[in-house]
Amino acid sequence: MSVTRTRATTRRVLEQLRRDPRTVALLLVVPMLLLWLLELVFDQQPATFDHIGPALLALFPFVVMFLVTSVTTLRERTSGTLERLLSMPLGRLDLLLGYLVAFGLVAVVQAGLASGLMLGFLGLDVAGPAWLLVVVAVVDAVLGCALRLFVSAFARTEFQAVQFMPAIVLPQFLLCGLLVPRDQMGAVLEAVSWVLPLSYAVDAMQRITVEANVSARTLVDLAVVVAAIALCVVLGAATLRRRTA
Amino acid sequence: MTDVPVAVEIDGLRVVRGERVVLDDLSLRLSAGRVIGLLGPSGCGKSTLLRAIVGVQVVERGTVRVLGLAAGSASLRTRVAYATQAASVYDDLSVEENLRYFAAVLGAPAAEVGRVLAEVDLTDEAERQVMRLSGGQRSRVSLAVALLGAPELLVLDEPTVGLDPVLRTDLWDLFHRLAGEGRTLLVSSHVMDEATRCDELLLMRDGAILAQETPQSLLSRTGARDTEEAFLTLVRDRSLTPA
Repeated sequence: MSVTRTRATTRRVLEQLRRDPRTVALLLVVPMLLLWLLELVFDQQPATFDHIGPALLALFPFVVMFLVTSVTTLRERTSGTLERLLSMPLGRLDLLLGYLVAFGLVAVVQAGLASGLMLGFLGLDVAGPAWLLVVVAVVDAVLGCALRLFVSAFARTEFQAVQFMPAIVLPQFLLCGLLVPRDQMGAVLEAVSWVLPLSYAVDAMQRITVEANVSARTLVDLAVVVAAIALCVVLGAATLRRRTA
Repeated sequence: MTDVPVAVEIDGLRVVRGERVVLDDLSLRLSAGRVIGLLGPSGCGKSTLLRAIVGVQVVERGTVRVLGLAAGSASLRTRVAYATQAASVYDDLSVEENLRYFAAVLGAPAAEVGRVLAEVDLTDEAERQVMRLSGGQRSRVSLAVALLGAPELLVLDEPTVGLDPVLRTDLWDLFHRLAGEGRTLLVSSHVMDEATRCDELLLMRDGAILAQETPQSLLSRTGARDTEEAFLTLVRDRSLTPA
């Protein structure tokens, strides 16, 4: 691993994003618009908004970052630059961490803006500390990138890459406990939900909503999401192949 | 034969891509410090052979040794440079941003960027986004990346396609200058008239090497006027192909 090469990669990815202001605008604005729409939908039911709002604050940046990472990594593959980089002294982990840090910085801005909107303009009411809400939202957006960096090894074409979105994101959404509390699902589904990282992010968000103090469970949830990010990056690096057929 | 160090040594190489056997039982030796042309029609396996030498190709059988090490070894990653046929650069970045990034990855000093830009005659385009360049300019950006650092072996897949004759001449001069410094250049082309610019030729067809010799010896042996004709002669009369 090399800090210089990771940093150079982060810088390169940010330069690419800078050249594409429309994508950056979409990245930052779309989650906010969706959350605003959510508030409008539940205009007459503020209690429901307070209940599901934090969970969706975890979900929207997650989905958006998953998608943008899909496109970027796929472009790296189809342009031949991935093969070129892998023939150079760039560690596979350097590449993935470079990406993760770049998108992580975007996630900080994105989740920061979305949380600010929720707590300010949209008047979301949470019992726990607001900063922790922001932290969970950021970590969750980074999870979206990391998960995508991992599965990108399995997509060979654009069609496949796009299909990963419903295949990987939507089941996590259905099972994360937002629609039905996880302990009220069947035993099998509940067991599955325990291995899906989004469940922990949504759990953390729901705890922050109702608990005035930061509980140990919330921190454990957060730690699980961070561990899932690390696991995705390591597995992603392991599945990148320097030699291809 | 003088005792020239060997840059590439291939024995019994077999590569299968999909259902197709692209290379079968291919063996060759390339001496260092020369400009070696790999010539042959499209689809004859040139790119696959180059990929095997760079170490990015899954190989079914055989050995490929580069600068005395197994192809693809970690320590070769700064010593072997590779430019694919399609320009492998970031379209959305500027020429300079591309080179700065690849220089950082290679651990080459940032000052190298200016040098390679001058070598491929793109100094004036440094600030431009790659996607706004012409096809020939884009492939020169890709070539410039391969010139970064001080690679001992440069593997260049069709680097001169679509370039104007003046620029092509300049690039071949550059290749010979690099070879003069002791580096080895393996340059593929499907344009036969580039053959005379090489120190040594590898003629390839259907995954096999038809001939490996100097352009002069090829012409005199086949009695052909140019490389194109020599190639045809070799294809028609396999008895001229060295066993």
